[in-house]
Amino acid sequence: MMQGSVALRIYANKLACRRGDRLLFRKLSLELGPGEACHVTGANGSGKTTLIRTLAGLNAPFTGTAQCEGAIGLMDERTGLDTEQPVGRALDFWFAIDGTSDRETVLDRLGLTSLIDVPVRYLSTGQRKRAGFARLLGQGAKVWLLDEPLSGLDTSSQELVRELIIEHLDNQGVALIVSHQSLPLPGLKTLAIEDFAAEPEHLP
Amino acid sequence: MILRLLKRDLAQFFPFSGGGAALPVIFFVAVAMLYPFVVGPDANTLSRTGGGVVWIAALLAAILPLERLVARDIDLGHFDQLRLRGVTEEAMMAVRVLAHWLSFGPPLILATFPAAALLQLDGPTLHLVLIGLLAGTPGLAAIGLMIAALTASLRAGAALSGLLLIPLALPLLIFGAGALARQDAASLGFVAAISLGLVALTPFAAGAAIRAVR
Repeated sequence: MMQGSVALRIYANKLACRRGDRLLFRKLSLELGPGEACHVTGANGSGKTTLIRTLAGLNAPFTGTAQCEGAIGLMDERTGLDTEQPVGRALDFWFAIDGTSDRETVLDRLGLTSLIDVPVRYLSTGQRKRAGFARLLGQGAKVWLLDEPLSGLDTSSQELVRELIIEHLDNQGVALIVSHQSLPLPGLKTLAIEDFAAEPEHLP
Repeated sequence: MILRLLKRDLAQFFPFSGGGAALPVIFFVAVAMLYPFVVGPDANTLSRTGGGVVWIAALLAAILPLERLVARDIDLGHFDQLRLRGVTEEAMMAVRVLAHWLSFGPPLILATFPAAALLQLDGPTLHLVLIGLLAGTPGLAAIGLMIAALTASLRAGAALSGLLLIPLALPLLIFGAGALARQDAASLGFVAAISLGLVALTPFAAGAAIRAVR
């Protein structure tokens, strides 16, 4: 790593991924640097989640390379929060691991202050999503991989998430956002995963 | 980091923390309580066969917590988030096998005292059972975690894991209960050796298993 300026990017080169024995997409290349965000669109089952998990290093690519440089914050439908614990305790586990110092600010920002003692399993989908965002903010990672960040959220929360993403980009963060909802952000790149879909007979 | 993980895993598994975690211990004592009713109160029969019953009860009690060991945290995305923070699957599973053993090994060993009273075990037998369980329960915990990780993605995983544990735990049972038959602690060395081997193997086997279902 370079001294001073830490390398920060999301990078894929001629990436092909498969799920089971089905090839989802191939020859997908993308590169995002500090302050840049990309909105990935595609139908259900087109490989959006697989792309995110491959970039995060959780799944191995079939061919090609995929990597993120910098600390990765992953936000998908699984929040990582212990459903048996109250929201506060479940978040504190991650805050302690990530060394979060601004706990109250984060909770307040996402409107979770009144929910602190409610067990995570009693939260609604949207509230759970907000708690997931609290974990993501507390982590302070520079690389955000967001899988359907808007699903299940009401309009005001969607607006909040949009603000959070803009702030993240203003702080020289980088974000890859998978969503089938439109996401009006300034300077947002888009990538339609169908453009890289593999024809069944066209195996690499 | 490791200590934080251990603390969380313990809070999740430990008896009396809610969530039915005390079930293995209650089950264990219940078997010891029912046995005299079934075979009759003859002290001779009880003390001759009681040690073996304690072993069987311990083995069956080890099956009960398996369901909660791994599958839930996969569903939560807990392991994914830890992986992104640079914790290896092997480290997660090493912590978990320790937490799992702490949550059911020592409680079972303590519960052996009331069980021994119910089964009218004599002093030397109780002694052998206690040492045997101390040597054997880490092995049971290790087998349990391996099976829980391997079956985590299966729909009928919970039912299957019980069936898988029994044959794998057989060596522990044979040497552990064998020591009682001959009133000789020598074979408990084998129990300890098998246990250690299993504990050493588990982080790698279980770690590979949760990587594979990701």
